[in-house]
Amino acid sequence: MTDTLGTAGRRRGATPPLFKLARALAATLLSVLLTIIGLLFVTFLIGRVMPVDPVLAIVGERASQEMYEAAYRSLGLDQPLYVQFWIFLKSVAVGDFGMSTLTARPVAEDVLRVFPATLELATLATIIGVCFGVPMGVISAVHEGRWPDHLVRLFGLFGYSMPVFWIGLMGLLVFYGILGWVGGPGRLDIYYEDIIPPVTGMILIDSLIAGDMTIFWNAVSHIILPASILGYYSLAYISRMTRSFMLEQLSQEYITTARVKGLSERAVIWRHALGNVMIPLITVVALSYATLLEGSVLTEVIFAWPGIGQYITNALLSADLNAVLGGTVVVGLVFILLNLLSDLLYKIVDPRAR
Amino acid sequence: MMRAPDTQITRPGLRAWLNSDAPASRFQARMIQLYLGWLKLRGNPLALIGFLIIVALVLMAIFAPWLATAEPSAQDLGQRLLPPGSAGHLLGTDELGRDIWSRIVYGSRITLMIVTLVAVTAPVFGLLVGTLAGYIGGWVDEVLMRVTDIFLAFPKLILALAFVAALGAGIENAILAISLTAWPPYARIARAETLTIRNADYIAAISLQGAGALHIITRHVWPMCLSSLIVRVTLDMAGIILTAAGLGFLGLGAQPPMPEWGAMISAGRKFVLDQWWVATMPGLAIFTVSLGFNLLGDGLRDILDPKKSKS
Repeated sequence: MTDTLGTAGRRRGATPPLFKLARALAATLLSVLLTIIGLLFVTFLIGRVMPVDPVLAIVGERASQEMYEAAYRSLGLDQPLYVQFWIFLKSVAVGDFGMSTLTARPVAEDVLRVFPATLELATLATIIGVCFGVPMGVISAVHEGRWPDHLVRLFGLFGYSMPVFWIGLMGLLVFYGILGWVGGPGRLDIYYEDIIPPVTGMILIDSLIAGDMTIFWNAVSHIILPASILGYYSLAYISRMTRSFMLEQLSQEYITTARVKGLSERAVIWRHALGNVMIPLITVVALSYATLLEGSVLTEVIFAWPGIGQYITNALLSADLNAVLGGTVVVGLVFILLNLLSDLLYKIVDPRAR
Repeated sequence: MMRAPDTQITRPGLRAWLNSDAPASRFQARMIQLYLGWLKLRGNPLALIGFLIIVALVLMAIFAPWLATAEPSAQDLGQRLLPPGSAGHLLGTDELGRDIWSRIVYGSRITLMIVTLVAVTAPVFGLLVGTLAGYIGGWVDEVLMRVTDIFLAFPKLILALAFVAALGAGIENAILAISLTAWPPYARIARAETLTIRNADYIAAISLQGAGALHIITRHVWPMCLSSLIVRVTLDMAGIILTAAGLGFLGLGAQPPMPEWGAMISAGRKFVLDQWWVATMPGLAIFTVSLGFNLLGDGLRDILDPKKSKS
């Protein structure tokens, strides 16, 4: 009895950690796959109940009955629902989202064209959020319960409470309309547009590649306001999480040990405690990045930013079915994959989480 | 529990009744709980401010006809885009000469309606799903939680947008879309609570006495889930208001001439550089109410859910 238990215990202990990691990865991947199929199914259903006739959108209103029916059959609409879903899955798998009625181009092409603009905005916003949010969270935790803490928490709560489209408008009013410090809506002043050859689709990078500093600084003056506003939301979240992680670390015994050994308070806080906070913080940053991609919808509308958010909104307002579905699927996929990435990073960096 | 000085206990009266540490009835016990909660809320100035903002919102909605200085949809093109402080127009007028103050006052009814409807649908649905999954367990749990996870992994605003697109623009559909995206966290909370409750000794005791699953869920599990759900709902309220305003702003929520705050900002957007007040005022209203719910939610978390208040 004791012997069998012993070998079982030894055998379990002998499982190579890499194998365990691989099994965890497989489980995560399976659940992500299910989630993606769920996303596609919900989007598919939305497309079916949407009050838009996909056939009319293709053949036009003057088509004859025969043409209409031919298009109806070619879209597979006479098939049962699960067959239609299968057709949808197959076309999504090869990146075919159909044609956009609004732009008269394939949706996949449109999405690829507009996505870098959103990526550029969300990335800069995340950088702003991390650069300000992490130090603010640390300061807040170090001064727990005193005025710097209250100030940071209140500043965060303000961020959570403001409609992003309103603060965007107010930002435009003050910094563009009254002070004139920043460029207005859009990615560039109109006379700079279409000069830089697109390489990455991100104007800040493309203009650097082309070596055109005038356009680079013009792009900076346009992106800085929307990025700061999105960054404020990310900052509110990141500083709150940093604070709670730091509080947890600062109550640990190794911190006391480090202090007893005579380490300076600065080294204790910024190197030892913050070093350990970095791991869970990666997850938080990835999550906030995913939220920003989505949160950019309203910001893009306000700042006339030609990204995926504005694309989806325009498609919605003009009942462009394929574009709405394609855009939703792409944003959903990026969102899910970023979540997965943060999950995996966490498991890889922190052995305890395996 | 706080023990009042003896002199107070012997003296009859409401305060003594509320301070009693030996409640004679379930009602009294609840009232004591509420009273203690109120005392804690009173000790937390930020939460108190949040609470007062919400009370003010409710009062504003109830007494809208008395507080408004004009009909919310009465147009007067001769008086369009007047600045704040003009005669008879406290916060100025919009592009159709409608009084902005009166529209904000009436708009509080719409905000309150959205918040209430979402707050009674999404958590109830989440509670149903969560308790079923947690209580029945097995493959039911597996399937329900998988569906919940799928919905949790969606980008919420995009999903709400797509739902509204499918259902058609309008305030009812906006509320429905928000509820459809808001329920998963409640299901997770309810499931977690159910899992701990269903293994408790007192549940075993009453099921031995012959209590059926329905009785146990409705009378013993649900009441225990309530406090965590209430905290979460209050914390989510601000987000719900912001999403609803965002849908209204995009023209997918409340339709004109309804004085919905988000739609009002959208209308004022065109004039923001010259007539700043048209977009600014409704935004301030949204900000104040969301801040109120956020402050109150933070406070309620400390009061109702002391075990989680540290995080």
